[in-house]
Amino acid sequence: MAFKSAVIVFPGSNCDRDVAVTLEEITGRKPVMVWHRETEFPSADLIVLPGGFSYGDYLRSGAMAAHSPIVRAVKEQAERGVAVLGICNGFQILTEAKLLPGALMRNTSLHYICRDVGLKVERADTLFTKGYAQGDQVVMPIAHKDGSYYADEETLDRIEGEGQVVFRYCGGAGLGDNGNPNGSRRGIAGVISKSGRILGLMPHPERAADAALGGIDGRLVFESITRELQ
Amino acid sequence: MEARFPMKARITVTLKSGVLDPQGRAIANALHSLGFESVEDVRQGKLIEVQLKATGEEQARAELDAMCKQLLANTVIENYRVELVGG
Repeated sequence: MAFKSAVIVFPGSNCDRDVAVTLEEITGRKPVMVWHRETEFPSADLIVLPGGFSYGDYLRSGAMAAHSPIVRAVKEQAERGVAVLGICNGFQILTEAKLLPGALMRNTSLHYICRDVGLKVERADTLFTKGYAQGDQVVMPIAHKDGSYYADEETLDRIEGEGQVVFRYCGGAGLGDNGNPNGSRRGIAGVISKSGRILGLMPHPERAADAALGGIDGRLVFESITRELQ
Repeated sequence: MEARFPMKARITVTLKSGVLDPQGRAIANALHSLGFESVEDVRQGKLIEVQLKATGEEQARAELDAMCKQLLANTVIENYRVELVGG
């Protein structure tokens, strides 16, 4: 059975096509592109909330999208066990929709940061990361202004304890920083739900999925999930 | 149907204490560079004005509280305060 995926497209999404190209290449099947006005969509094994600036990022990044009818439909699918991947703005939407813990705040530098970062794979046993090895250090680009992960100490201890931190910023050779580009608490770059089926991350794996574009370290996210659910 | 009256609310959304406010810090730095050395700290927030119709103050407050919890504030990082300021 071919792997079916859906990509939600909001007004202001700008990474939807990059995700679609990557998914098609890896799964051999074009994802269904679902416009935000839809309230239901065909069954899928994976739903992706792509990066961008949904609804202009009014109020707070991801806040408007989190309460849109399509995200309510995504929530229902997620409750049924459909895997959900939120990248960048998608991660912001997932926290605003309370599908993932914490919040993404303005970068401590106040700058929009667009560059490669080093990431450590903290969990290589999830649906989305089985292709990596535990502790792998990989490179993916970030491109955001509101990516500073915040949760209170109690929540941080809890999600660390439950193994919900999947990616952490780690710097690395030639990347010239202390490993934390945006002031995220405990350097957290990606978080998975307790159920293990909803992953949100600020870095862009779809922009690191083709050697011609500078790297393929993100490709394994899509390969892992495809292999697991096929 | 119960009569409904126009009301106006002023909602102030601020970051919880303990949550780093880089924009507030940048504003404080800018004030220092303008010579306002008395400034010790700045916290920035949002002011949202809502006009609504409600049967009374109590109902308005309950509804505004629900609006804040569901959308206007992200209670993971923000506090909110609701004031009714007359119609």
